[in-house]
Amino acid sequence: MAPLSSGSVFDVAQAEDEAVQPYSSGRPRRRVRWWRGVVLLLAGAYFLIPLYAGLKFSLQGVSGGFSFLAFQKLPSAPGFSAALTLSLKLAVATMVVSTLLMVPTAIYVHVRLPRLRRMMDVVTILPIVIPPIVLIVGVLGVFPEWAKASPYLLSFMYVILAMPFVYRSLDAGLGAIDLKTLTEASRSLGGNWLKTIWRVVLPNIRPALLSATVLTLALVFGEYTMASLDLWTTIPVWITQFQVSSDGHIQVAASMLGLVGTWILLVLVVSLDRSQSRRSRRRQGVS
Amino acid sequence: MSSRDVAPSSPGAPAPGDEGATSSRGRRVLRRLEPALAISPFLVYSFLGLGIPTLAVVYYAFHGETGGWSTANIAIVWHGDQGIFRTGFENSIKLGLLSSIIPGILGVFIAYAIQTSKSPFLQRLTSTASGVLANFGGINLTFMFIATLGSTGILTAWLHAIGINLASIGFNLFTFSGVAVVYMYFQLPLMVLVITPALGGLRASWREAAENLGASSWSYWRHVGIPVLMPSILGGMLLLFGSAFAAYATAESLTLGLIALSPIQIGNFLNGNVIAGETHVGYAIAFGMLVILVVTMTLYSLVRKRASRWLR
Repeated sequence: MAPLSSGSVFDVAQAEDEAVQPYSSGRPRRRVRWWRGVVLLLAGAYFLIPLYAGLKFSLQGVSGGFSFLAFQKLPSAPGFSAALTLSLKLAVATMVVSTLLMVPTAIYVHVRLPRLRRMMDVVTILPIVIPPIVLIVGVLGVFPEWAKASPYLLSFMYVILAMPFVYRSLDAGLGAIDLKTLTEASRSLGGNWLKTIWRVVLPNIRPALLSATVLTLALVFGEYTMASLDLWTTIPVWITQFQVSSDGHIQVAASMLGLVGTWILLVLVVSLDRSQSRRSRRRQGVS
Repeated sequence: MSSRDVAPSSPGAPAPGDEGATSSRGRRVLRRLEPALAISPFLVYSFLGLGIPTLAVVYYAFHGETGGWSTANIAIVWHGDQGIFRTGFENSIKLGLLSSIIPGILGVFIAYAIQTSKSPFLQRLTSTASGVLANFGGINLTFMFIATLGSTGILTAWLHAIGINLASIGFNLFTFSGVAVVYMYFQLPLMVLVITPALGGLRASWREAAENLGASSWSYWRHVGIPVLMPSILGGMLLLFGSAFAAYATAESLTLGLIALSPIQIGNFLNGNVIAGETHVGYAIAFGMLVILVVTMTLYSLVRKRASRWLR
């Protein structure tokens, strides 16, 4: 990094810049290159070293060599499959309820009640303001026994926790398409509302739907506060509690698997999102 | 859900065979009610899942175990039990400040460095990674940091090799300082996410205008850049404060519930570690957290409004 910061290079770079485009706009000067390198290097180190350490630990065999043993032993670890089943069930329930609740509401607000969008923004941000720990205290304090006896109480609350992400994602998706024209066209061609939503609106907001779903999935598989206090052994709770035969490697392996899995899903969604929006833009350009 | 599906099909094109004065009046009423019907599932759900638990916390915070209005719970939190609950609040606020101010400032530098790098790959990588990391926490994060900075962690070993002993300079992963370092892992990306749009609002023409008037880089930042960014930076820090103040899973799994932070203390109450006669104190702590968070987020929305002035 040092040579870049020295006076001569910096002067030359700047001089070149100005010589080529004396009144350029939007092009930053090159003078800050060295600190940018330092900042990015440090940030990269801070984020990558723990990741590397976790992966290394989970791939370390008993003898210290490289091995996938921890990952192989994971499925047969006591309680793992039960926890996975529970988490999967909760995830499916949460995604279904969340979609059925939020998609029609978001579409309706966009088409018919745009003046309510501010209220929607406020309500859907509340789960960020009121933390899960406070919500679960209240829930366990007043909800009836039959509700507290069911694990699906967690799904009920996860729909709330997912609201900020799901609504924002849908809101952005609906804002990006010409919803009014689309729905009016469909209606004038004789489609009823159900058909319009199913065949016209939903296909157009597929990326938003997909990213909302994946964010919900990631949330359910990562949520610890409510699950542990409601005494249900979901995957994160299982990982925390699992200490059988003190095989910490299995624990860390499960944790890294979850991390990498979520990561891949989210990256997939982001890139899918991008290709989709590029395609729709191109289509708009042609027509 | 059913009312939701039926309601939108009523307006617009009249349904076949739907004639006569009475049914048309019925339709008018239905049409008037349609928005309420359509939005009601969402409102009812939000009320059940958000409103009722919150109201319950407020109600129980001010009611004794025998019923009836009481401020005893609040009094216990304020100066009961050798002040452990008050210490919890103090620690939580300290932790919130520490892990909002430091990541807040560093986050601006990182976001600026990435933005000015003009590398689309780096920018895309950062926005994806920030989105993932900002929602990261709990046991996974704890394990990663134990493998990094625990007593046998790799960074501990590296630092030891160059003669730095973390324990002797007062750092312990499983106490306050450790929690603060671990929180940075999701706080920094959150700040990058929040501040990047604001940095995009800094127009190149402002910088050029300043330079044409003879401003140095420093005076540009002093008189233009920082004042414009300040509301966004403050807003980001308030958001970070709320996020650190309310976090439970990471601190719980890292310290096994042994650190005096308000969220952990609420958790202990729910897990049944309660002194007889103080079963409602957990609600009072939750109420206190709620007050602090509502104030924080109100400030956030005010600052945010101010910040949006400069965004196109």
